Amino acid sequence: MAQPTDTVVAPDAPGGSGARPGPALGARLRSARTLLGVLPFTVYVVLGLVVPAVAIAVGAFQDSSTGGFTLSNVKTAASGIYLHGFETTLGVSVITSIVPGIVGFLVAYAIFTAKRGSVLRRCVITASGVFANFGGVPLAFLFIATLGSTGMVTAWLTDIGLNPYTNGFDLYTFSGIVVVYMYFQIPLMVLVILPALEGLRPAWREAANNLGAGAWQYWRYVGGPVLMPSFLGCVLLLFGSAFSAYATAEALTSGSVPLTAIQIGSFLNGNVLAGQQNVGKALGLGMIVIIAIVMAAYAVLQRRSAQWLR
Amino acid sequence: MAAVIGDELTEGMAPGPSRRARPGIRQFPVWRWVILIVVGAYFIIPLVAALRFTGFSSFPAVVHQEGFSAAFELSVKLAVITTVLTIVLMLPTTVYVHLRLPRLRRLMEGITILPIVIPPVVLIVGVLQVAPGFLKSTPYLLALMYVVLAMPFAYRAFDAGLRALDLHTLVEASQSLGAGWRSTLCRVMLPNLRTAMLSATVLTVALVLGEFTMASLDLYQTFPVWIVAFDQTSGPISVAASLLALFVTWIFLLAITMIGGRGSRRRGGAEVSLFSVSRQNTGNQRTGGS
Repeated sequence: MAQPTDTVVAPDAPGGSGARPGPALGARLRSARTLLGVLPFTVYVVLGLVVPAVAIAVGAFQDSSTGGFTLSNVKTAASGIYLHGFETTLGVSVITSIVPGIVGFLVAYAIFTAKRGSVLRRCVITASGVFANFGGVPLAFLFIATLGSTGMVTAWLTDIGLNPYTNGFDLYTFSGIVVVYMYFQIPLMVLVILPALEGLRPAWREAANNLGAGAWQYWRYVGGPVLMPSFLGCVLLLFGSAFSAYATAEALTSGSVPLTAIQIGSFLNGNVLAGQQNVGKALGLGMIVIIAIVMAAYAVLQRRSAQWLR
Repeated sequence: MAAVIGDELTEGMAPGPSRRARPGIRQFPVWRWVILIVVGAYFIIPLVAALRFTGFSSFPAVVHQEGFSAAFELSVKLAVITTVLTIVLMLPTTVYVHLRLPRLRRLMEGITILPIVIPPVVLIVGVLQVAPGFLKSTPYLLALMYVVLAMPFAYRAFDAGLRALDLHTLVEASQSLGAGWRSTLCRVMLPNLRTAMLSATVLTVALVLGEFTMASLDLYQTFPVWIVAFDQTSGPISVAASLLALFVTWIFLLAITMIGGRGSRRRGGAEVSLFSVSRQNTGNQRTGGS
C-alpha cells in the first residue's frame, strides 16, 4: 500500500473511484493489479492469435528451402497475378461491405422496432445467426440452383425478357460473387448492428421531439451521429469478413476469379512451384497489412466522432 | 421501459396525454414491411430453388447416411464447448474492462477484430505449425480455435450491451444495497445483458455449426466437412443435408432464444407482460404505455 488511496479502494470494488480515470493514477502497484483482470484474455489471445500470426509473418521472410532471410516471397506476392488478386479482393470487399451494411442496418432497424420477443424478431435474429455462417459448397449450390445459367430465377427473368446472362451478369464471375456474398454479409450486419441500436435511448428521441424535431432532424443530429461509430465499425467487420472469405468463392468459381484468400488456399493445398511455398505466407501478411491500414483509418475516424460518448 | 422496444412509438402513436398523434406515422410499418419482404425474398428464393432441385424424398435418406451421426455429434459437442468457453472468457473480461479499465476499450476492440483480420485459412496453418502434439491429436483444438473466431462477435455483443447500460450506477446501486460481486454479476448485469448474451450465443453456435475451413484443414469430420465429403458421392442428398443443417441450426437457435425469452419474462416481470397486453389491445398499433 504505497499510497493512502490504495486503502480506500479495495481491489474488487468495481464501482470505486479506481474505475474512473482520476488523479490517483500514479499508483503503479494498483494499476498492475488492475491489469490482472484481463490476464486470462491476454494469454488466450497470445496463444491463439499472436503466436500463429508471428509464425506466418516470420515465414513470409524465410526462404522455403534454406530457411534464411529473403524478400523474394514478398516481391512475388506484390506483383503479377497476386497483385491483381489483391485488387479484385479489395473491389469485392468494398462493395460487399457497404451495400450489405446499409441493407443490414435497415433490416436491423425494422426488427428493432418490432415487439421485443415477437416471433418476427426471433426468427430474423436466429435466421441471421444461421445465414451469417452459411457458406462454402452449400451456399454455392443454393445460388447455382437459383441464378446459375439454368437456375430458377434465371428462367423467370428470361421469361420476362431480362436474361441476366445477356445483361452482363454471370454467377461465376465478380458480379456473381458480389450477389452471393450478400447472403452472409447482410445477416452478419443485422447481428452486429442490433446491439448498437439498443444504445439509442428513447429519451433522446423524446427530447428531440419535445424540441420540435421531426424524424429527419432526429436522425441527422442525434441518432445518426450516435450510431455512426458503431455503423462504421460494423461495416469494417463486414469488410474483413468479405476480405478473408474463402470457401464460398472457391466453391463457386473454382479459382477462376483471382481472390487472395483462394490464392493462399492453393499454396496451402500444395499446388505450388518448388521454392515458392512461403509466398502464401507473404500473401497472408499482405492481407493483414491491408486490414491494418483500414483499421487505422477507422480508429482515427472513430476517435473524432466518438469522443463525447464516454 | 416499453418505449425501448420501438422508438417510432415516441413519435406519437401513444394514447397518453403527453404524446401527440401524428399523421403519416402509419407509413413507418409499411416501410418496414417492404424492406423485410424484399430482403426476405432474397433469402428464401435460393432455398426454394434448392428444395426444388433435391425434392423432399432425399431428406429422410440423409439421417441414414454413413458418418452422419458421428459428424453431427462432434459438431454439437464443439458448439457447446465453444459457447461455454467464449462466454466464460469474454463476459467477465468485457465487464471488467468497462468498469476498471475503460481506457483499454479501444485496444480491446482492436484486438478482438484480429480474428477477422487474419483469415481462418491462414490462421489454422499457423496454429498447426505451433500447436503441441497432444492438442493436435484431439478435435477439441478446434473448439479452442473457434473461441478465437467467436471473439469479435462475442466482444462486440457484450460491449454494445454494456454501452447501453449505465454500468457504474447499476453496480453502485447493487453494492449499496449489500449485493456481493457475484450477486451483482448474476442478478443485475446478466438480466440486463440478456440481448447481448443471446446474440453472442447465437453467433457462436451458428459459427461452430457452419465452420468449414479450419475443420477441413485440421482433418476432422465436423458436420460441414462431412457434407462436402459426401457431395462427391451423392449430389441431391448432399444438398438435402445442407438444407437440413440450415433448418436444424435455425430451430436449435429458436429454441435457445425462446428459453432465454421465457427466463427474461420471469425476471423482467411486469414490463414485458404489460407491453404485450397493451399491444394486444391495440391490434397492430403500438402504444407507449409503460
